Amino acid sequence: MRDALNLRGNHALLTKANPLAKFASVFLISLVLALSIDWVSASTALLAELALFPLAGLTLRLLWQRAWPLIIAAAIGGWSTAIVAADSGAVLLDVGLWSISEGSLELGLGFMLRGLAIALPAILLMTCTDPTDLADALAQKAKLPHRFVLGSLAAMRLVGLMAEEWQTIGMARRARGVGSQGSPFQRLKATLGQSFGLLVQAVRRASRLAVTMEARGFGGGQRTWARESTYSMLDAWVVLGGLVIAAGAVLTAVGAGTWSFVWR
Amino acid sequence: MSATQSGAVRPAAISAEGWGWRHAGRAQAAIQGLDLRIEPGERVLLLGPSGAGKSTLLHALAGVLGDEEDDSDETGSLLIDGVAPREQRGRAGLMQQDPETQVVLSRVGDDVAFGAENLAVPRDEIWARVHEALDDVGLRTAAGGGLALDHPTAALSGGQKQRLALAGILAMRPGLILLDEPTANLDPAGVLEVRDAVGRCLDKTGATLVVVEHRVSVWKDLVDRIVVLQPGSTKAAGSDRLVPGRASGGVLLDGPPDQVLSEARTMLMSAGVWVPGYVPATRERRSEPHAEPHTAQLLLAAQDLAVSREKPRRKRFKTIPPVPVQTGISAQVRAGQALTITGPNGAGKSTFALTLAGLLAPVDGKVSAAVELSEGAGIDPYKWKAEQLISRIGTVFQEPEHQFVTGNVLDELMFGPKHLGHGEERVDELLERLRLTHLVDANPYTLSGGEKRRLSVATVLAAHPKVLVLDEPTFGQDANTWAELASFLSELLDAGTAVVSVTHDQEFSAVLGGTELRLGPVPQAETTRQEAGAA
Repeated sequence: MRDALNLRGNHALLTKANPLAKFASVFLISLVLALSIDWVSASTALLAELALFPLAGLTLRLLWQRAWPLIIAAAIGGWSTAIVAADSGAVLLDVGLWSISEGSLELGLGFMLRGLAIALPAILLMTCTDPTDLADALAQKAKLPHRFVLGSLAAMRLVGLMAEEWQTIGMARRARGVGSQGSPFQRLKATLGQSFGLLVQAVRRASRLAVTMEARGFGGGQRTWARESTYSMLDAWVVLGGLVIAAGAVLTAVGAGTWSFVWR
Repeated sequence: MSATQSGAVRPAAISAEGWGWRHAGRAQAAIQGLDLRIEPGERVLLLGPSGAGKSTLLHALAGVLGDEEDDSDETGSLLIDGVAPREQRGRAGLMQQDPETQVVLSRVGDDVAFGAENLAVPRDEIWARVHEALDDVGLRTAAGGGLALDHPTAALSGGQKQRLALAGILAMRPGLILLDEPTANLDPAGVLEVRDAVGRCLDKTGATLVVVEHRVSVWKDLVDRIVVLQPGSTKAAGSDRLVPGRASGGVLLDGPPDQVLSEARTMLMSAGVWVPGYVPATRERRSEPHAEPHTAQLLLAAQDLAVSREKPRRKRFKTIPPVPVQTGISAQVRAGQALTITGPNGAGKSTFALTLAGLLAPVDGKVSAAVELSEGAGIDPYKWKAEQLISRIGTVFQEPEHQFVTGNVLDELMFGPKHLGHGEERVDELLERLRLTHLVDANPYTLSGGEKRRLSVATVLAAHPKVLVLDEPTFGQDANTWAELASFLSELLDAGTAVVSVTHDQEFSAVLGGTELRLGPVPQAETTRQEAGAA
């Protein structure tokens, strides 16, 4: 049954792994990368992550579509670090207040690579994990309270709906003469009003959804699960893979002599 | 696996004795003194004026009314098979009006399984039930969409969502099926889809049915009993605003459909119920709608329009237009003339109307305002400022609440005129004409459905637009509000306002007369044709 219910259109290997195993793997990599600011560990992890793309059914195109704000943020973060960080080594570029030196460039590059290397696993996880499967795993394997997990899952569905609603309310209010033109204060006021309208609709929808769920017997003590969340050998490999990437990143950086703890 | 057989459903009996309910924070009981007995397997249509407590009764039967800790108040007893509904989860299944909130999970199979999971049905049994329920509601046949278990629920039409909800209810094997205006938000095709699916499932399971619905003709042949509830409170003369007073509640009439409908026809009609064969009297249009339509002043024209709600995407310095939901639409809007936009779900009717109204940018083609309409604001309504727009083209959205911008009815009506700096004197007239005078201090969100609709029309008209665009103005409205709205619009038309309406309602477009623009189901050029004459 699980096979029939997989992520639609994505049949990559990692979609079949248990979300908790993937989560553990991502956590390991992010933890290690958060410990140091150097470009070697970050680029090692980044390369390994790029190699995992096909296994998660992710392509560079898809990555850009889903994560372009993150990628741009990482680039900007790296650039500004290169500009403002204390100079060391030869100065490469000097424009009055700003200067880029070898040292600050290295730091900026490390910063950028690190941002990407930490963000990528999370994007990989999202690409190959269905929210419903994640909820199943959180409730059945991690033993989180099912009311909370399933409530959040159902609420997530409403988020997409609210995006449509936001657009509709915006048009409906323009038709009442509430424009998005005018002074910043007027615009802020218009946006606040629109947010209030959305809030009212969100509360209405949420309470109706709650009635629907309760009428379907939700909220009782005992419950069975139509989809069983299981571990397989694949999950052992996923966690092992995470360990290898994390350890590889540390070892190459220590070997290259660039490893430096963030608190030092 | 014996439990998967339909014979396992045990139809439920309902008994209410002096039952009443007051919602937390309300002074007045929503319903009280109800004595009613429904035998196992009976199919009951529940009627009554708004405020009679029909929904409250259904929620109570579904076991979702209030908690012990809040200060709501229950009197008498309401039992299913002699037991309180709250104590037997899954004995009754409830379907509500808004299709969006009847879906819980994002995949079809999971959503149907949800109720059965909550009732702790064993896994194998759940999937057997899911398959059976989806077959029963007709979602797996080629005609019904042929849905796979992992089909995304977001991609379903309103009628399909309601049938999915029915499947989710059936998978719980309830002895009682409760439907609270299940088809009020659907187009005519969706209404029949859902009605027929309900009929098939009842024939198969023999479950008891209680349905609340204004449109009697849809359900008349499916039910074997009609119960009419009394108004919960008396009403002020000439208004449908509830005022505290003699709170009677209880059953007014009860019997076989034909008998009740003939005995109470007049009473039901005056309560705004859509009795079969009843089209409320409306004002006749004074000026002949078809008399030389092309001589009337042209105000707004759409030329070879392609429409979409999506915005263009930017990619590598190029702008990629969205995929239009409909293309090649041409139409003309003339002073004092009605234009009715019809067509199946998903044909882009509302999207076209919103584009015509200057609220969405066209994907292709153009909308142009004549000088008589634009009065110096430029040819393209989408580029007009909000204040310029409202005094030229007024748009009434399907959901009135989307357009409320203030805290009370009077402010709501004054909002447009205040921004424009003129037209405040017209507000009193609108209040009077749309029977809102007694509500000036009320919060718009607390009004009844009919009052909200009337207010949303009034607020848009307060800015005195020359073109009025309405999106499904009669959806879910009772017969009284319907008649008022149709009459009022026919008056506006005679006074020279152009009225563009998106509607499935043929009686409504017949009252307005004018031209029908029918949009086809497939987004191809030449799927549109303009037909003269009312539907």
